[in-house]
Amino acid sequence: MSTELDAIPGIIPTRRDDAIGALEKMVSKGLGWARKYSLFQYPFVTACCGMEYMTLAAARYDLDRFGAALPRFSPRQADLLMVVGTVNCKQAPILRRVWETISEPKWVVAFGVCASSGGFYDNYATVQGIDRIIPVDVYVPGCPPRPEQVLDGIMMLQAKIQGQHHQFTEGKPLPVLGQAPRQR
Amino acid sequence: MSKVVIDALVERFKDPVQGDGVTGAYEGAGGDDCAFVKRERLVEVCRFLRDDAEMQFNMAPYITAVDYLGQEPRFEVVYNLLSTTRNWRIRLRVKVAEQDAVLPSVCGIWRGANWFERYCFDMYGIHFTDHPDHRRLYMYDEFVGHPLRKDYPLRGRQPLVTELEVPAEPFRGPGPAERGE
Repeated sequence: MSTELDAIPGIIPTRRDDAIGALEKMVSKGLGWARKYSLFQYPFVTACCGMEYMTLAAARYDLDRFGAALPRFSPRQADLLMVVGTVNCKQAPILRRVWETISEPKWVVAFGVCASSGGFYDNYATVQGIDRIIPVDVYVPGCPPRPEQVLDGIMMLQAKIQGQHHQFTEGKPLPVLGQAPRQR
Repeated sequence: MSKVVIDALVERFKDPVQGDGVTGAYEGAGGDDCAFVKRERLVEVCRFLRDDAEMQFNMAPYITAVDYLGQEPRFEVVYNLLSTTRNWRIRLRVKVAEQDAVLPSVCGIWRGANWFERYCFDMYGIHFTDHPDHRRLYMYDEFVGHPLRKDYPLRGRQPLVTELEVPAEPFRGPGPAERGE
């Protein structure tokens, strides 16, 4: 039995919309749960924070407990970009390209104060924070940060991933190679 | 090491007509012998130091430059030399004027001088003739200027990619700076 209100699309949610919304929410929640516990990281290690990163990934602090165990040294296989260390102006195009190569969904962690803000390298060569180059999800300060700080950052990132909206496909056509707009 | 080497050098490169090749010998703060070398005789002095049987300075551990802004001549290139057989070290200083910042390369004498001279060119803009690979060492080719010169602005960043807008925050420096000249 239809009324006049039902003729206006998108205003009054029907029980069908409710059901689809609830299903999407369930799917999103499940996908978020799966994605937050299977972070494949690409370590972009440029400086001394790399030592702390090794400690973090090794047995004592054991990033595997958070599902982020396996560093992939190809950006095509990764979904978490960890920028570990100072990024200078010469390195910035490389970082930008690595970030563009990682396929969606992708997240970025700025590991250490140099990646977050340039640190004390306020000089002619250093990028003042990688968020001038690529968008960043979690900043971990410290010079270098304690492994516990990074674990806290990973847990914050997991909470963020869980809260994000996930779906199976974007519904958009895939870009044709060679025609995608190239940003520099 | 009591100035043996440096006195021998001064004695050998005396030239009353065109001026002495090695002048102003003194004992440096760390005990190393230092002397000023004329630019025209630099390669000759270095070759003598390496090849002479008494000297055998077969290694150049460090070559760098200094910018004495406001003085004339402005630059100075410093050659730290080591004789591994005698365990002697000396330091040669060569004055270079800003308008004519060109030196002969010593790559033909010590192959290890290659990157040091590229470094001096990159950071101070001192050119080296007959250098086999005369490029910048650290900075990228698009970079304009020489960052360790005293008149280069401290924050003279020259980014290669367009930087995103971020809010101004007290704990980090500003973005790409204008080259204050």
